[in-house]
Amino acid sequence: MRPWIVPVAAALLLAALPAVLTPYTQDLVVKIAIYAVFALSLELLVGAAGLVSLGHAAFLGIGAYVTVMATGDGGGASALWLLPAAMGAAALYAAFVGALSLRTKGVYFIMVTLAFAQMAYFVFHDTKLGGGSDGIFLYSKPVIQFGQTVLLDLDRKPDLYYTVLAALVFTYALLGLINRSRFGHALAGIRVNEQRMRAAGYTTYGYKLAAFVIAGALAGLAGFLLAVKDGAVNPELLSWHESGAVLLMIILGGIGSLRGAVIGAMAFTLLKELFQSEALLGPLAGHWQLTLGLTIIAFVALLPKGLIGLKARLAGGAHA
Amino acid sequence: MDFATFLVQCLNAVQYGLLLFLVASGLTLIFGIMGVINLAHGSFYMIGAYLAFVLAPYFGDWYLTKLLAGVVLAAVFGYLLEWAFFSFLYQREHLQQVLMTYALILVFEELRSMLVGNDVHGVQAPSWLAGGFKLGELMSYPWYRVFASVACIVLALALYGVVNRTRLGMMIRAGASNRDMVRGLGIDIQRLYRIVFAGGVALAALAGMIAAPLSSVYPGMGGSVLIICFVVVVIGGIGSITGALVASLLVGFVDTFGKVFFAEYSGIGVYLLMAVILVWRPEGLMRRSF
Amino acid sequence: MKFPTHLALVAACVASLALPAAAQTAGPIKVGLMLPATGTFAALGDMIEKGFKLHVQEQGGKLAGREIQYFRVDDESDPSKATDNVNKLIKRDQVDVLVGTVHSGVALAMAKAAKESNTLLIVPNAGADAITGPMCGPNIVRSSFSNWQPGYSTGVVAAQKGYKRAMTITWNYAAGLETVKGFTEAFEKGGGKVIKDLSLPFPGVEFQALLTEIAAQKPDVVFAFFAGGGAVKFVKDYDAAGLKKAVPLFGSGFLTDGTLEAQGASAQGLFTTLHYADSLDIPKNNAFRKSFALTYKQNADVYAVQGYDAAQLLAAGLNAVKGDMGKRDAMLAAMRKATVDSPRGKFTLSAGGNPVQDMYLREAKGPNNEYRAVAVKALADPARGCKL
Repeated sequence: MRPWIVPVAAALLLAALPAVLTPYTQDLVVKIAIYAVFALSLELLVGAAGLVSLGHAAFLGIGAYVTVMATGDGGGASALWLLPAAMGAAALYAAFVGALSLRTKGVYFIMVTLAFAQMAYFVFHDTKLGGGSDGIFLYSKPVIQFGQTVLLDLDRKPDLYYTVLAALVFTYALLGLINRSRFGHALAGIRVNEQRMRAAGYTTYGYKLAAFVIAGALAGLAGFLLAVKDGAVNPELLSWHESGAVLLMIILGGIGSLRGAVIGAMAFTLLKELFQSEALLGPLAGHWQLTLGLTIIAFVALLPKGLIGLKARLAGGAHA
Repeated sequence: MDFATFLVQCLNAVQYGLLLFLVASGLTLIFGIMGVINLAHGSFYMIGAYLAFVLAPYFGDWYLTKLLAGVVLAAVFGYLLEWAFFSFLYQREHLQQVLMTYALILVFEELRSMLVGNDVHGVQAPSWLAGGFKLGELMSYPWYRVFASVACIVLALALYGVVNRTRLGMMIRAGASNRDMVRGLGIDIQRLYRIVFAGGVALAALAGMIAAPLSSVYPGMGGSVLIICFVVVVIGGIGSITGALVASLLVGFVDTFGKVFFAEYSGIGVYLLMAVILVWRPEGLMRRSF
Repeated sequence: MKFPTHLALVAACVASLALPAAAQTAGPIKVGLMLPATGTFAALGDMIEKGFKLHVQEQGGKLAGREIQYFRVDDESDPSKATDNVNKLIKRDQVDVLVGTVHSGVALAMAKAAKESNTLLIVPNAGADAITGPMCGPNIVRSSFSNWQPGYSTGVVAAQKGYKRAMTITWNYAAGLETVKGFTEAFEKGGGKVIKDLSLPFPGVEFQALLTEIAAQKPDVVFAFFAGGGAVKFVKDYDAAGLKKAVPLFGSGFLTDGTLEAQGASAQGLFTTLHYADSLDIPKNNAFRKSFALTYKQNADVYAVQGYDAAQLLAAGLNAVKGDMGKRDAMLAAMRKATVDSPRGKFTLSAGGNPVQDMYLREAKGPNNEYRAVAVKALADPARGCKL
């Protein structure tokens, strides 16, 4: 079977879904898709390049903040420059953070990325720049229009849905291409043995930095979408909880696979949704932290390769 | 700022730094030796603080006995925890452990809420440590804070002794600098891990117990401590006790004087410090030296 | 051992797709409670819910003859999840009324979602000035206070006591800064001067450096805004540092509300102002406290009052239209015009939808914040930026 068949089928299915979804479940799909974009962007760092970042939410948050701040109080700004602005700002901060943090390795890298994310968090939280701890609001959604013809108005639900879907497809395809390219092979080489890559004449620092900036820009894309969807942006988007959550998504799904990142984003969101639902679980919903926690523990215990390993495990029979 | 105020601020910085050290030392041991990024470390601090609250009625003024009882409980708890949740994870990717510790945070928070409730509670300092001594014109300095600092110093010395003068310490040092070497030496690594983990939990819980009368106990108290401890561990150099001590004091000073001079940006100061130090020394201040 | 995890996932998928709530016409009134059930504010959310349900229960479980059906969402006090959470109530459960919440950032996101979907929102705590200021709307009312109010009334009292030089201390976040602004406005109007504003990052609790700064500056009075665990620690540290005897400490009521037991002796004698006092000796308050204690085996507090009054506001609106939610405009107008017989004393709503209420000076005595005097009579929030 060709590797692209399942993703393409999934994308087509998603494109057809709005016909049968309620407004709420449609929102839920949009949310999962945005988190999938975010998780995929981190997957490029963790899965492809072996760089575990615990500060990835900073780029999501910066993308979201720039979207709202650049829109200002005026009418709907054009998505044509708003989106590049959000992704560019995130990429710029990623270039800065990456340039400094890529000098470190392993756990230190994890912590330096965390430190830079916390710095960004406190800048938005403690200063007037972005409305302080209460955050700021997006009062008019971005549009694309030529003259009087409105091609895209993200205030309309279908427009938002298909834009998010397109972003997911774009991100997935881009990362798929990267993984197959010479650049992707170099990243894989760096992940396995950086020393040897350097000996083979690769400037590993440059490759890693490029990956970091691309991942930052894609996280900025997710931030743009999130800001447009929610219409509200606040510092918690940059907090380490958010960075931790997205890392959990890709671990849960299974590191080293694009599908894993998407599945992880879906599983994490849906599990929380399920455990918090009073309609289904009654009073137990009040203890969602317990049920979610225990479920994650069960996953860790039973699924060493994440959810993506589930299929192999089911097929592989009864050992272990 | 006049000189007397400056001195008092220095005292504040040292005291805060020492308490941080107590929490962070457990984290750095677990980090350095087991390679586990323990997100649940803040929860152990929280558990310690709530232990201090729950145990208080049974011990009264037998404060040191209470601390001892709490530490023993926490160590046993840590030992069992390692056995139940971590012992089978070492063959796996490190990130699996991150997932596990995250899940434990959720479980601990909920259990805390079910067992003790969500109210804020105060914890009394023992009566023989009540009051304070005069410091400057208006201020006085509570005896309990002095006690907390002294306790931290004593523990730091004890830890230094254990790490440098005992067989266990030798294994810990070997483990921190080269994990594979320890296996090569024929040491029961499983047992070493279990002891280190139990010790780390006990240290965090003890810090929580000591801090409880100063900070009171409240839901979510573990979260804020966790990140600042990560900062301390990384600045100091992973696995280094001395490094953790130096880094704690540095963080104490930056935090204290940051608040006084740059109120609006004080949240950023500590992270800026960390970034600068890591750019200067990517491995932290004291990697591979105790 | 494999299938449970597998099943859980499938169940999650099915569950989330199978939840469309059927449109209902005459059934019960759906009340969406979006309150914190986990985290630092969990206890506050609990009291608000209890207060709300107590009033409904006192009316026989019905308001204006209609059953009340509750839907609950834990908002986790996380503003970044606020829009999603509020949409669970608006879109999934299709509630008629939103009630929430404690955290200002979350409440602002709720207000925005309520405005966009034109859902009735009653805010039972969050004091963000903007909710009844720039973001005000005909369908948004508050049963609690604006941050400006307790700050302002404390400023009035502090100036009346003749203090000239004040310092303020709070967390560097919106609620704290807005409260301090209210204090400064009243205190400087009364002839005093705020010589320095101190702040630390939310929710930090390392106060020692700032206390030393207070001791160095020697102001006549200190005004503090903290709440919950931070309030407990601040009051204890302030006392332990010996400052309590040297520099009087004033605060908005949240400094000592719900925290007195934990603060112990350190809080005794502290003056704060708020729109409620536990020992307020009026028939309505006495009846309310008795009823609350009988029902829940615990003492009511200001959060319970705010929850109770949220239900009273809803009842006032519903009664005016005899339970017919279809007559929305009439219902909203009735709520704006209502005089609520609250345990805190009667109050009305301002044009912005915020209570116009007496602010009380209280003194911490034993386990209670005891009523001392009316600090400001019928204080109305200026509702700056509200165009209603």
